[in-house]
Amino acid sequence: MTSQPDASGRIFGSSVKRREDPALLTGEAEFTDDKLPDAAHVAILRSQFAHADLKEIDTSEAENRDGVIDVFTGEDIEASGIPNNIPTAWMLPGLVTPQYRLMATDKVRHAGDAIAAVVAKDRYVAHEALDDIDVSYERLDAVTEPAKAVGADPTVHEEAEDNVAFDFDIGDSDAVDDAFAAADHVSSVELEQPRIIPNPVEPRAAAASYDPGSDELTVWMTSQNPHLHRMLMSTATLGHPEHKLQIVAPEVGGGFGKKIYHYPDEAITAWCAKQLERDVKWQATRSEDYVTGNHGRDHVTEAELAVDDDGTIRGMRVETHAGLGAHLLQFATATPSYLYATILSSEYDIGAIHCRVIGAFTNTAPVDAYRGAGRAEGIYVTERLLNVAAKDLGMDQTELRRANLIDPDQFPYETGVGMVYDSGEYERAMDRALEIVEYENLRDRQADLREKDRYLGIGVANFVESAGLSPSKAAGELGSKAGGWEAGVVRFHPSGKVAVYCGTADQGQGHRTTLAQVAAEELGVPIDDIEVIEGNTDKVPQGMGTYGSRSAPVGGGAVATSAQKVVEKARTIAAHQLEADEADIEFEDGEFQVKGAPQRSIRIQDVAMQAYLGHDIPDEMEPGLEATSYYDPENFTFPFGTHVAVVEVDPDTGEVEIQQYVAVDDCGEQINPMIVEGQIHGGIAQGIGAALFESAEYDDGGNLVTGSMNDYALPRANDLPEYETDSTVTPSPHNPLGVKGVGESATIGATPAVVNAVVDALEPFDVDHLDMPLTNETIWSAVTTEGGS
Amino acid sequence: MNTNTHDITLTVNGTERELSVEPQTLLVHALREELGYTGPKVGCESSLCGACTVHVDGKPVKSCTLLAVRADGTEITTVEGLDDDSDGLHPLQEAFQEEHGLQCGYCTPGMLMTAASLLEETPNPSRKEIRESIEGNLCRCTGYQNIVNAVESAAEKMAKQEAGD
Repeated sequence: MTSQPDASGRIFGSSVKRREDPALLTGEAEFTDDKLPDAAHVAILRSQFAHADLKEIDTSEAENRDGVIDVFTGEDIEASGIPNNIPTAWMLPGLVTPQYRLMATDKVRHAGDAIAAVVAKDRYVAHEALDDIDVSYERLDAVTEPAKAVGADPTVHEEAEDNVAFDFDIGDSDAVDDAFAAADHVSSVELEQPRIIPNPVEPRAAAASYDPGSDELTVWMTSQNPHLHRMLMSTATLGHPEHKLQIVAPEVGGGFGKKIYHYPDEAITAWCAKQLERDVKWQATRSEDYVTGNHGRDHVTEAELAVDDDGTIRGMRVETHAGLGAHLLQFATATPSYLYATILSSEYDIGAIHCRVIGAFTNTAPVDAYRGAGRAEGIYVTERLLNVAAKDLGMDQTELRRANLIDPDQFPYETGVGMVYDSGEYERAMDRALEIVEYENLRDRQADLREKDRYLGIGVANFVESAGLSPSKAAGELGSKAGGWEAGVVRFHPSGKVAVYCGTADQGQGHRTTLAQVAAEELGVPIDDIEVIEGNTDKVPQGMGTYGSRSAPVGGGAVATSAQKVVEKARTIAAHQLEADEADIEFEDGEFQVKGAPQRSIRIQDVAMQAYLGHDIPDEMEPGLEATSYYDPENFTFPFGTHVAVVEVDPDTGEVEIQQYVAVDDCGEQINPMIVEGQIHGGIAQGIGAALFESAEYDDGGNLVTGSMNDYALPRANDLPEYETDSTVTPSPHNPLGVKGVGESATIGATPAVVNAVVDALEPFDVDHLDMPLTNETIWSAVTTEGGS
Repeated sequence: MNTNTHDITLTVNGTERELSVEPQTLLVHALREELGYTGPKVGCESSLCGACTVHVDGKPVKSCTLLAVRADGTEITTVEGLDDDSDGLHPLQEAFQEEHGLQCGYCTPGMLMTAASLLEETPNPSRKEIRESIEGNLCRCTGYQNIVNAVESAAEKMAKQEAGD
């Protein structure tokens, strides 16, 4: 289809229809499990207990089942001599890093640890054969909650006797003590943020093919970052040479963080393909994905705010216990430390902040980044705490916020927790949101309804998020074991068509459309002449992937930088061909022109042909027209906004009805407003999900009670309101495109907006705080016991 | 291997197909793995996500809840056969693209089949009716609003087409 710009005529900033859609709409698009239709199937036996010594594993019956090709255990993997250790990717001082083997051999640490793998001719036989494997366990007690795990017996890992993986702190504690001593008032809240299961609709999957002749191994998988998966499989788990390992992320059905990490499963699948020298594939069942893939959040927090009677915030003190699960995935340590504590200043000039985070091992599925990762947890703390303080002071929630907003002229603004915000016009976005909901009228309506025993609640939440992970040097200094750049290649073909390669990896964000818009803008070439290639380590030179709202700011930055380099080379060739001084060559809408002589011009596509002919280009210049960039951002980008939820709560049933939801977001320049709005919608839905419905619950034995979609409540179409969205535009001053990233913003804003609204509705019942999810039962209990918190 | 297989006939997207399935084979796996119709997706194996929705004799069915042998002799439409006019997209498919009613696209084949059934039964549904009709189809990306917009817009398109015919 032809993609046309909006009336503005500019392709960048237009709501161009997505080129991804036709194949997805007709069923032609191929996801991982659609690959290798003739492959054998892998099924993986999971520990049925959360914590146990493994005594004996008898696979003989499974091996004898018709259709079973082979059965492997952890000992087989060990015996193959591969490195067999999944590492975490962010070191903190004193961090305990136990080994994480692909399959357990002596001890299982959560109900989900892999014990054996069956390879069979079809998926049914593979799963049936799992029941034939006889495992004898000696059960041990389990710990499942982060605060209770610290110092508890039993220990999850021998290396961490007290179950503490790290004890992190940031900020100036003396300055905070002084601020608290000097302030008129201290408000406090204790809160929990339950475990969320990310739930992309496509479960994790892998398919592997091995060519013993060339030693080339290809793995198709549900990956948000195929190059990271290649590096980890090469160096840490399989030991397969990186140059003979190809990772392909075909269509990926949602990620939300879950598909960032290197799990044992894809390595087991690839290892089986090598071992058997045949194609194999694996796809998690939904329940299997629930117990093995990462969960998010799992924080227990005490937070205090030092504030004067006039609303001036002087300081903030936070202590959090963060559950990490039984194994450390790649961002498990970064998420509750540097992605969490560094955002606690939200949009406010708080000054003195101190935060301590104790990361605890538990006998549960691993906990790591889920959409909003760390920033969602941090903003939730601040935005809840502000509402508690506003109530204590007798101020309106908007008044307390407004009194402490960072002013536009304070940027770049360094927070008390080490971040330097790039730009922001916070009050403008907040005013816009309050104007759309008609805040003052709502307060009047709330008062009227209360007279009639009806309970309206209005919740406001502001947020900032650190997006665009991340400047490599700064991340390295803080403990990251990976860079934060992104790679982008822009290549003209001789005919004038363009190929763009980027190391980001789409899971529904529409990169093939938006990155083409970026290149079209820079090159002045029709968008339909530009192809975007992602998600294949043999095609894209290198990459860091898609997470942390980084694809537009960092991936887009890489593509823009490469396109600019291409234009500069083309300008030199154009000057040569037009026999003009390079300084006199202007470039507009894809055409090089001699200043003041518009008849002397050449199109960039024709320059491309000349560049490949090489007959008439400057001496010393190499033929060809392409450029590669490793764009390393100067700083994070800081999108922000204000979300407002209006709810009515029925105290008799505990039911919450969201009557209105307004989101005003500022993600800087927008490449494609339609796609930006889509990200906001989806983010709001997940944020509301966390506030009202979702929680992964374990029993004391470490069994996941919410182990299927029957038990884990996901928001459905009828559970969600219509969203009203608007935006302001405050460009990032350091990003080549002025963009800030938008993937996580709405998830971060929505959760505190909804919880603030429900608590506001329950003000007559003297409720100060309620922990999520705000189910009917939670609300009803709070109302009937008055001041339930 | 289990030799207790059954020979069945399915008419898929208008083409009669004969195949041999085991008693426990689910329709979704027969379609995907025996016949190569990979449009229907597997998301939960428990009838809760709706990604595997197809039409069986004109009714929307989650194909992970139906044994292939039970579907013997039926007419099945998958997303690959939604558009009976081969030179374009079905109005629903067009509307999903125009209204940005999909992101990752994994739920989309099932969502489209459910929506197509709704519009057959209720050509002019309210937004509430649309939301109710897709309660059994989970989408984690879009927050549903643009899906509702797309179904509403497709209904209008189809009404106009009907009036024009």
